[in-house]
Amino acid sequence: MQFSTDALIVLAPLFAAAFAGLLQRYIGDKVAMAVTTASVGLSLALSWPIFLDFVWGEGHVRVIELFRFIDVAGFSSTWSIRIDTMSAIMLVVVNTVSFLVHVYSIGYMAEDPHRARFFSYLSFFTFAMLALVTANDFLQLFFGWEGVGVASYLLIGFWFQKRSANDAAIKAFVVNRIGDFGFALGIMACFTFLGTIKFFPTAAGDLALFAGSVNGVEVAGQIERLAHQALVLGDLVLPAAELTAFLLFIGAMGKSAQFFLHVWLPDAMEGPTPVSALIHAATMVTAGVFMVCRLGELYHIAPLASGFVTIVGATTALFAATVGLAQNDIKRVVAYSTCSQLGYMFFAAGVGAYNAAMFHLFTHAFFKALLFLGAGSVIHGLHHEQDMRYMGGVRKPMPITWAMMTIGTFALIGFGIPGIGALFGLPGLGFAGFYSKDAIIEAAYGSHGIGAQFAFWCGVGAALLTSFYSWRLAFMTFEGKFRPNPHAHHDDHVTGAHADHGHDDHHQDAHAKPADGAAPAHESPWIMLAPLIVLAIGAVLAGAVFYPYFLGHHAGEFWDHVIPFHEGHHDFPTWVLWAPLIVTVTGFLLAIVFYLWKPGASKAMAKGPVWAFLYNKWYFDELYNFVFVKGARALGDLFWKWGDQKTIDGLGPDGVAASSRFFSRSLRKVQTGFVYHYSFVMLIAAVAFGAYAILASIGGGQ
Amino acid sequence: MEITLAHYLFVAAALFTIGVFGIFVNRKNVIIILMSIELVLLAVNINLVAFSAYLQNLEGQIFAMLVLTVAAAEAAVGLAILVTYFRNRGNIAVEDINQMRG
Repeated sequence: MQFSTDALIVLAPLFAAAFAGLLQRYIGDKVAMAVTTASVGLSLALSWPIFLDFVWGEGHVRVIELFRFIDVAGFSSTWSIRIDTMSAIMLVVVNTVSFLVHVYSIGYMAEDPHRARFFSYLSFFTFAMLALVTANDFLQLFFGWEGVGVASYLLIGFWFQKRSANDAAIKAFVVNRIGDFGFALGIMACFTFLGTIKFFPTAAGDLALFAGSVNGVEVAGQIERLAHQALVLGDLVLPAAELTAFLLFIGAMGKSAQFFLHVWLPDAMEGPTPVSALIHAATMVTAGVFMVCRLGELYHIAPLASGFVTIVGATTALFAATVGLAQNDIKRVVAYSTCSQLGYMFFAAGVGAYNAAMFHLFTHAFFKALLFLGAGSVIHGLHHEQDMRYMGGVRKPMPITWAMMTIGTFALIGFGIPGIGALFGLPGLGFAGFYSKDAIIEAAYGSHGIGAQFAFWCGVGAALLTSFYSWRLAFMTFEGKFRPNPHAHHDDHVTGAHADHGHDDHHQDAHAKPADGAAPAHESPWIMLAPLIVLAIGAVLAGAVFYPYFLGHHAGEFWDHVIPFHEGHHDFPTWVLWAPLIVTVTGFLLAIVFYLWKPGASKAMAKGPVWAFLYNKWYFDELYNFVFVKGARALGDLFWKWGDQKTIDGLGPDGVAASSRFFSRSLRKVQTGFVYHYSFVMLIAAVAFGAYAILASIGGGQ
Repeated sequence: MEITLAHYLFVAAALFTIGVFGIFVNRKNVIIILMSIELVLLAVNINLVAFSAYLQNLEGQIFAMLVLTVAAAEAAVGLAILVTYFRNRGNIAVEDINQMRG
């Protein structure tokens, strides 16, 4: 029985996706939506008990082997479902957000003609993500990794009539390939060093992920072997653990949009907003964090690779936050915010606080999905206007969306008062983001790893910027007077798929009451608001309820050797505890000054060169276009024109042809057509042969 | 002065050289080439006959008769070609006969 329900969690969305996708012509949109939503609902209903069993119950770690995938010459891979603390967390995160996004999409996509396809993709994504998080070896992890990549590609380019959407989809796919190349190399390195791609099996069997105690007996796992190996290339000695960890992290950088490989994530906002919430905020982009934490034992023995993780994560956290300051597209602000929060998770993992990273992943899924879906609600209410410059005054017509977005903003900036929750065993009282983000910042402060102090200051700086851009978003969208878009009709922003949507009735009453600066918007239907409310509950409570298990007193039992866990020391200086709150409030006040009190100041600032630098995302797209796109083109030109045409063709076929033509042309000149030339040659030849014959006969005679 | 074999050979060599140069140096007339060929063949004939007399061997004179026959046939065929050529081209200058040029 256990077997069937565990397998059903993963497979139900797959069957639903296949059913809705392959039979969409026959069953219609309504059935397709019902089947896919119900299947994810089923997975959701089955996964929460598993998670709660790990939180409050015993927590049965188990691996269910479904079937052998590959078993050739010492290389074996099994399709399996691994249930332990890590995958239980991911199961509830993925299924909860996915289910809510399914429900939300019923309202958001109501006017789209391709709903069956959309829901089929969503369910397929859910299946691939579940396969990823329940993997017991690298091959299944890679399968899920690529599966979510494909789903992401399909959903970013869902509105395929839009050129920008297609470009963004291709960009996301290509940038992810770069990361996946590193990831595949990492898997190969693991196989080379260990001879297996299972997640570091131990002597006691497969259930314990790493070295640790199984049934009270200490066992040494494969990970120990990795620590003593190295790849030797001439004078270069690469420790096996460092190399494997580094290569795998390249994959995580691509998938989780870290610095240098982050460029695809903001463009991915071309997809429908529910997709952004599900894939590009809550689940898929956290796969990299999940992988690093899953392999925490490996990163634990690879200090250099961990230092790299820390520095990249911290840089991303700060960098993305600075870019988020200057964006005008509401979804792009949230996208850069996601990028920044992923940076937090990575540097937490880099400094060894894997539990804090996973906790932030957990809470972030709620409040970032909430912010995205809230942004989607605003976009929907404003007839597909995404530019915050043409918003304002949305609070009055959309009070519920406003309230939910405000909760999401509080959770994102990590608002909370430290030091007052001792009664409940909590470090303070606040929204979900408070517990996880402060834990990360404190872990960075307390760590002695490479780059940890850098990460601490980046984390504090990013917290300031996060607060500022979050409130900027809130104020520009909901407060002040409505600023209509001076350019064209709203429908210009709408995709071809939406071109014939039925907002005309709203336009009528919208234009009828432009009074008191309120936006001509309408509140979203309840099917869109309900997921917001559920997520808002998560954004408020997920931190406080689960803090004791992820980070607090029960953490030791909760994690149970799934990730390397050691009790953190809790004697941080007071200023470290208060620093996040102080910078958060500072950011809040600055946002009030710039966007509520003196809006002119922000407009003046928007003309400066710093602003342009940030607005253009540090010119990363231009740089990559120049270096990689143009560079690849130049390199291709070099190989084509110089290498292929000149060298290979020149020495090969063309050269042979040209030289034979040259020789035959010169030889042709000999043939003059004059009889006396020919006879002269004949004579010379006759004389020569005669002379030779005579000389030979004389020589022979002697 | 007694005429020795050397005299005959000298005359033959002179004739041969004149004939060869007649072929090469002449740029004007194809008939001169034909005549030069006759000269070359006659030079050979003189050699054959001279050696025949000198060696008291008749084979040389028989061979000379054969050469005369070939020379006559060659002259006939050559002149026939020449006539046809003249009919076609209206000109028998050697310089203009270079149709076989590559």
